[in-house]
Amino acid sequence: MFRIRFHGRGGQGMKTASRILGTAFFLEGFEVQDAPRYGAERRGAPIFAYVRAAREPIHERGVITRPDLVIVADDSLVAVPAAAVLPGIGDATVLLVNSRETPEVWKDRLKLRCRILALPVSADAEERAQLPFLGAACTGAAARLTGAIGRDRLAAAIGDEVGPYGETAVRRSLATALAAYDAMEEHEGLVRESTADAATGYRRPEWVDIPLEAVEFAAPDIHGAATTEQVNTGVWRTQKPVIDYTRCNRCSWVCSTLCPDSAIDVDADHTPRIDYDHCKGCMVCVAVCPPHAIHAEPEHGAAGASA
Amino acid sequence: MTRRLLTGNAAAAWGARLADVDYVPAFPITPQTEIIETLAAWYASGEVPGRMVTLESEHSMITAAAAAAATGVRVFTATSSQGLLYGMEMIYTVAGWRVPFVLVNVSRALASPITLEPDHTDVLAARDSGFLQIHCATCQEVLDSVLLAYRLAEDRRVRLPAIVNLDGFYLSFTREPVDVPDAEAARKFLGPFDPDAIEFRASRPISQGVAVLGGSPYSYFRYESHLAALNALPVYEEAARAFEATFGRHHPAVEAHRCDDADIVFFMIGSFATKARDAVDRLRERGDRVGLVRPRLLRPWPEALLRQLLSGKRAVIVIDQNLSMGKGGVLYAELASSLYGSKQAPMLLSFIGGLGGRDLPPEEFYEMVAVANAALEKGAAPAPRLLYTRDELREMHKLQAVATAERRETGMGK
Repeated sequence: MFRIRFHGRGGQGMKTASRILGTAFFLEGFEVQDAPRYGAERRGAPIFAYVRAAREPIHERGVITRPDLVIVADDSLVAVPAAAVLPGIGDATVLLVNSRETPEVWKDRLKLRCRILALPVSADAEERAQLPFLGAACTGAAARLTGAIGRDRLAAAIGDEVGPYGETAVRRSLATALAAYDAMEEHEGLVRESTADAATGYRRPEWVDIPLEAVEFAAPDIHGAATTEQVNTGVWRTQKPVIDYTRCNRCSWVCSTLCPDSAIDVDADHTPRIDYDHCKGCMVCVAVCPPHAIHAEPEHGAAGASA
Repeated sequence: MTRRLLTGNAAAAWGARLADVDYVPAFPITPQTEIIETLAAWYASGEVPGRMVTLESEHSMITAAAAAAATGVRVFTATSSQGLLYGMEMIYTVAGWRVPFVLVNVSRALASPITLEPDHTDVLAARDSGFLQIHCATCQEVLDSVLLAYRLAEDRRVRLPAIVNLDGFYLSFTREPVDVPDAEAARKFLGPFDPDAIEFRASRPISQGVAVLGGSPYSYFRYESHLAALNALPVYEEAARAFEATFGRHHPAVEAHRCDDADIVFFMIGSFATKARDAVDRLRERGDRVGLVRPRLLRPWPEALLRQLLSGKRAVIVIDQNLSMGKGGVLYAELASSLYGSKQAPMLLSFIGGLGGRDLPPEEFYEMVAVANAALEKGAAPAPRLLYTRDELREMHKLQAVATAERRETGMGK
């Protein structure tokens, strides 16, 4: 069975990427299971998606704990424990990273013995995380790495999965995915199917009896000032809203009221200030500002940065 | 018939489509929303005839579903978790109207604390309502069970509404290959709804919820519903055989996997049962005589079948993905009541696992068998156990320590 995990941020197309790969496997005659995994939907938050493909019916479920291939669309996730990019990577796993750094740097940094490859994209290194159709590039590369998916089946899968978004989206996804597929030629078949662990010699779970603990400790409370403020959700951004104060008409309420995270405050003189420690980069303010005084910039190298 | 990749939610929508439902009262809730979005897109494009109405709450939605069913049309609706509980007053009420419709519940654990991931405590809250319950383990079963549920609910010998349950995330958002039957074959299996005596009309008023006092008429009506629910067992077997004859897939009331010569049997419901199936196959490779018993039907409870399958086994490992506070696992208690007093009764072991979507890795299945073997040796079942590891508790305590320190620093809380 192939066990493949995609990691990215909400908005980078990981769900679509996993579906394209799942459909391509299915068209090749595999049994398939694919699923995205995220909490409350939000742009920029870490998400992952997974694909299982086998010649036999699949009874495994849920998170893939021992992946054959891990694809990372946004390298800033590697350091985020909650994104769980690294768990389960073994010596036989292939790690495909979209990064400004080389695979050698990652190898050295992570002290992994597995194969690490760079996602072949022609984008400017600065713009990698914002690359349009990034998911298609991930899928194209992954498809070639498995050695189990033909170019035409990959194209058909893109037609199936991207079709509802229109012809232009299909054309551009196709071009991006096939370029990545072709660029991975020398690594075709590098990712190998693995078998499930036998029931002999399994690692025994260390079960524990949960003690009854004091109610003030055991009740699920969140204290606003303590938790909400101190969790720096600003690191979720892939894009950053920047206010051009020469165009802002000091209306004093539109952006600040509609910001779903209350991350825009208004000064006494009606000037809005963005709290970049907590702005998640949803870009609602960019869309609603009446004089179009707020624009989006890529997170890396954004001007007006304070975070 | 075409085979395609569908999520559990899309499979549920296909089930409704192939059942030619007339009316869909709807209200969104994660992880169910994709079901009504899929149906809404079909209705909006005119691809499928029928009518969808969004209501202002699940309470109204379930009322509308039953009221429409009482006019003799075929009704489909769907909800999840807090939504099911918000409509719970009407779940219990409309089951007594004895009009059939199908409600898909996408299981999601209940607040508090709030979560989006699944366990079965939500759907078990409807256990005693009079709704029939079919529990699915795969996306294929979701589609097939919707068709089966209509056949069962509409049968004159039953006439009760039915819940088809699937697990959030593990089925709702997971795509698997699903055989989608041709519309003609589906019609051949199900046929149009023949409402005969069901004829609620504005011009011919009927009260669906009569008041009775004194207990005697109340007892009569309630027990009639109970008898109708029990009658759904043979009717289900009939429907499952007809389903197999039409589509070639057999969905018996209870799935038994490698159970015949098994000494130790896993007992559970829902999608995690496919993980148990894998574990059984691995354990068999090791030489262990292990099997799996999974009821699809939870209401009616297939008691005789379970007795027949489990009598004479040495031990049954009951895995409850639910928790009744102050008691424990619901399935464990139900199964114990079915086997109590039989000389052939196996030892029962109770495990609580998979609460709020917590995964059940293969090694936990293997270890449960080790615990069962040790208990058999000792001749006594161990206390019920929550599947929870030392590492999980350590992580939990780490989070609590951070929260406590933050509160102290910011002067919030104690």
